Amino acid sequence: MGLVTLASRGIQVHRSRLGGAAGAAAAVAVAALALPVVRERILRFPLDFAAFLLFVLILVAFWTIPSDFTRRMRKNPLSVIGFSLIAFFVAVALLAPVLAPPPPTSRDAYLIPQRGFAADPQPPRPGHPFGTTEGQYDLYYGIVWGTRTAFRVSILVIAIAVAIGLLLGGLSGYYGGKVDEAIMRLTDIFLAFPGLVLAVTVVAVLGRSLTNIMIAIAVVHWPIYARLLRGDILSVRGRDYVEAARAAGAGDLRIITRHVIPNAIYPFMVLSSLDMGLIVITAAALSFLGLGPDVGYADWGTLINLSRNWILGRPGEPFAFWYVLVYPGTAIFLFVLGWNLLGDAFRDILDPRLRGSA
Amino acid sequence: MAGYIARRLVLLPVVAFGVTVLIFALLQFLDPAIRAGAFITNPNQLKAIDAIIRKYGLDQPVYVQYWTWLREVFTGNLGWSQAARMPVGEAILRFFPPTLELTLFAFVPIMLMGVWMGTAAAVHRDRLIDHVTRVFSISFRSLPSFVWGLLVLMVTYGRLNWFPPGRLSLEADLFVRNPEHRFVAYTGLMTVDALLNGQLWIFVDAIRHLAGPALTLTMVSIALLVRVMRSSMLEVLNQDYVRTARSKGVAEPVVITRHARKNALIPVITLSSLTIVGLLGGVVITETIFNFPGIGRWGAFAAQQLDIPGVTGFTMFVAAITVLGNLLADVLYAYFDPRIRLQ
Repeated sequence: MGLVTLASRGIQVHRSRLGGAAGAAAAVAVAALALPVVRERILRFPLDFAAFLLFVLILVAFWTIPSDFTRRMRKNPLSVIGFSLIAFFVAVALLAPVLAPPPPTSRDAYLIPQRGFAADPQPPRPGHPFGTTEGQYDLYYGIVWGTRTAFRVSILVIAIAVAIGLLLGGLSGYYGGKVDEAIMRLTDIFLAFPGLVLAVTVVAVLGRSLTNIMIAIAVVHWPIYARLLRGDILSVRGRDYVEAARAAGAGDLRIITRHVIPNAIYPFMVLSSLDMGLIVITAAALSFLGLGPDVGYADWGTLINLSRNWILGRPGEPFAFWYVLVYPGTAIFLFVLGWNLLGDAFRDILDPRLRGSA
Repeated sequence: MAGYIARRLVLLPVVAFGVTVLIFALLQFLDPAIRAGAFITNPNQLKAIDAIIRKYGLDQPVYVQYWTWLREVFTGNLGWSQAARMPVGEAILRFFPPTLELTLFAFVPIMLMGVWMGTAAAVHRDRLIDHVTRVFSISFRSLPSFVWGLLVLMVTYGRLNWFPPGRLSLEADLFVRNPEHRFVAYTGLMTVDALLNGQLWIFVDAIRHLAGPALTLTMVSIALLVRVMRSSMLEVLNQDYVRTARSKGVAEPVVITRHARKNALIPVITLSSLTIVGLLGGVVITETIFNFPGIGRWGAFAAQQLDIPGVTGFTMFVAAITVLGNLLADVLYAYFDPRIRLQ
């Protein structure tokens, strides 16, 4: 309730700036529509473009409405860089069909169109701004649609890991005793493997595919969330307001969902934004090892795997095929960097004790 | 402290048991014919796969199967690794020493550079060296090891021809394998063996081959250590006893090395054994890129080839090391932190 009031007050105060932003977005939209090539693409995918415009509006609103959060964020240039990087990647993901329209005959937009079958990669040229890989998959198309794959993988994995973590961590922290002991030993077992090794095993057993990669990474990541929530519950459990809620007759479930989780949510936000980057690295590492989707699927790790045979270039020309590694490598680096900077920013803002310590 | 360590030791078999259950549960997703591979020690047995399924009771209830499987694992029969073309136990013995050597060559620079950079950044907080260290740390934390490894390979081998992939060059490998030269593998670590055999050129050759993958592992793992060292040092520098030492007139370098850094190292010591565990995960990628014949390349190769006995053997071995590494981390932490030791 308070948040809504605050937001509406902010909108009133900043109506002029918000209006300006909406006007600017509309102007961009009109200007884009005026160019025939762009117009044709936008009209082919109106929903994606509408989602992009909505995202721009939300972004501008978030950034202009005054709040402690954005004020703190603006003070640290690294946080601003992280925020901008992620905003950029969200925009690319939403606009993927406009930036790199799939050919009309394509049955799945995530399959990179293939131009010819020449064995060696071809350098950047008109029509293929980032060049093509071995087997002539267009790198630009792969990177743009790979952004969608990256978000899909990381968001789904986080959702599964957080759900399992909330359930088991909640049970563990709230009931304590034998339940706690059993669940904590279970997390010990899952943490007895380096993450990548367990993920490799799970994918090897289930079979290689993007879905199984997501399952494997979720299996690796849930114990961290379970432990985090358990710790938070233990620290919150004895607090007065929990006692008060119990005295007022609230049940276990109500106390957990209405009192404990809302108070433990900030560490979850910090951890999951740092985790977004880590998940994408792990997924790409599995694809890189050849455990991911089939060649030709728009996925950064698969693209980097395609560069392996061409790293050494031609005799006398060691960097002849630089683009096959540098473009997808840069994409994944900036994506992970963005999430790491954003995670650090969240931590600095939400946990004053840690401010400026790292 | 004894009680603290005793509790850890009691939990060790519980976790070890859980690890075997988890691996076995994963295997249940597979067809009995594929699982029968775990009991095969010789490729000729593949013809009699149905007999093997019956012989090892893979059509029996799960708990019976688990017991049979566990007994085989404990007697050292881990199955036949198709990827390595040898039994799994033999493959572990063969591929672990190179990985151990590589891990050590990455671990030492990580610790030394990490502690040094973290200290320097904390002492000169918000000055140039601090900013450079932080940018360095966050960049390498965000750079995937396979992208960085391929870049290292591209530049140091493709362009400069300094650090070739593999473990030894062809002539060094032929020399080592030739029985006439009586090259004795005392430790399995090529650099140490070369020195013990008095073959300096093989030592140099081994170092050249280790440098690339070690550089890759170092840069990727050092970022976390620098970060932890820096924040730990910052925390300690704010403590009262550091202020007391300064006000007594103790020279600043002495305050930093004797008073502050000693205590700031405690979290780093805990992290050191976790770093080894992290490196064991990292070798999967790094060894694959540099074609370095260690346990990680074998594990990745086994996973690609659906060599299930190989993958499970590799995973259980790494898990065993990880569990021991975590135990070591707890013990070291308890030992070096008097607040826990004296409890």
